Amino acid sequence: MSTKTLDFDLDSAWRLHPQVSVRPERFGALLYHFGTRRLSFLKSRALLTVVSSLDSQPSARAACAGAGIGPAELPAYARALATLAASQMICRKTAS
Amino acid sequence: MTTAAAPLVAEFRFGLDAPICLTWELTYACNLSCVHCLSSSGRRDPRELTTAECKRVIDELERMQVFYVNIGGGEPTVRPDFWELVDYATAHHVGVKFSTNGVKITPEVASRLAGSDYIDVQISLDGATAEVNDAVRGRGSFATAVRAMQNLAAAGFAGFKLSVVMTRHNVGQLNEFKAIADRFGAQLRITRLRPSGRGADVWTELHPTPAQQRELYDWLVAHGENVLTGDSFFHLAGYGQELPGLNMCGAGRVVCLIDPVGDVYACPFAIHDAFLAGNVRSAAGFAGVWRDSELFADLRRPQSGGACTSCSAFDACQGGCMAAKFFTGLPLDGPDPECVRGFGEAALATADATAAPRPSGDHSHRTAPVPISIGPRPADSGAAASAGLIERSMPDRACDQSPLAGFTPR
Repeated sequence: MSTKTLDFDLDSAWRLHPQVSVRPERFGALLYHFGTRRLSFLKSRALLTVVSSLDSQPSARAACAGAGIGPAELPAYARALATLAASQMICRKTAS
Repeated sequence: MTTAAAPLVAEFRFGLDAPICLTWELTYACNLSCVHCLSSSGRRDPRELTTAECKRVIDELERMQVFYVNIGGGEPTVRPDFWELVDYATAHHVGVKFSTNGVKITPEVASRLAGSDYIDVQISLDGATAEVNDAVRGRGSFATAVRAMQNLAAAGFAGFKLSVVMTRHNVGQLNEFKAIADRFGAQLRITRLRPSGRGADVWTELHPTPAQQRELYDWLVAHGENVLTGDSFFHLAGYGQELPGLNMCGAGRVVCLIDPVGDVYACPFAIHDAFLAGNVRSAAGFAGVWRDSELFADLRRPQSGGACTSCSAFDACQGGCMAAKFFTGLPLDGPDPECVRGFGEAALATADATAAPRPSGDHSHRTAPVPISIGPRPADSGAAASAGLIERSMPDRACDQSPLAGFTPR
């Protein structure tokens, strides 16, 4: 069983980057970052639910739980969120 | 999970609720007469969408959540309402990336553009030297493009695009193009020459040779990570390694074109009645055309690979570009004319070139190119016109006004 260390901080508060637009699609969603002018894809509706609820949840872990993501699936979602963080599609909520 | 494109390609083939990449040609008017112009531009069409009609299209794009439009022409910046439309689009959350030969990119315009995250600029240049560029794009066009790039760089516009159509005469200049882009802090974008528009007349002489295609592919594999391609070289994937980007034809599925008179075509390289899906002036608007046109529904159904299906490269190249086949008279379910296995050349040798479909519209200048900008009727001109702030005016009737009416040589 793959238990690769995740370099994504599930317990922090995250949000969609303010310059990112989300367009729901049949397969999930398209994301576009107006600052980096990069396109990204969310390949499931559940991941879209997670990403959309980040802002209103105290942590990414809570957003996943709220979207009905079980412990077995959590690592895969954490990896997806890590990729989104690396491309600046999501960012940490700062005390602003 | 977020960026791997492979499984998504399958989804994309069935089409999306709205295009990812929408090209919108705002006018057929152009100060240049590039020999390979894909839209046969030159003269304005009297039926072109009005400012109000363009804004209605932008409203629709906002509702459809189209993230950005690729605005082109013609030379879009010669429309007097161009900046008004750009501002309207960005205010309505539709980003704008526009292609220009640079004629209107003054230091003042460059500063303005540098101030917006929602605007991207693409400067067209088809030779790394004036000699190679001007032979295709016209005398003085190299200097115009370089001046525009200098102005953008001086204004601090980082990462604008230097856009090059690859021809037989410039494949050997790839490193020089990269050096020019680096010098101005721009990103290099190279795209494929299509036999579309006036390109149909020069494609045979200008398209890269098979040896040059290999050179181009090898260069992309070696240097391509920071070079954009508009995903236009997927026919080269037949050499082996897939190139970065979407390796499929997006026509009518994730891509389409709105032309200056509001006609919606499956892709920018397919301006022909066979690929006309509808018009944005129809009751259901652009969204109605995108979602309900019979042509687009056809394109979103599984396609037949025809003669190519048995080829081992088919999974990689997908049979190549629909427009390239169409305008060279080849069947749509056969090989691309530039098939890397040579099947296209063989097909071209036996195809009847005189039977190849001709592009539907032609707005080419009837004489030698002249520097023009679209102006109002003489009665409307005045101080505002000289300040470049003129309102767009419509001809009294279709075909009743010369597209050069009000034109003042400068």
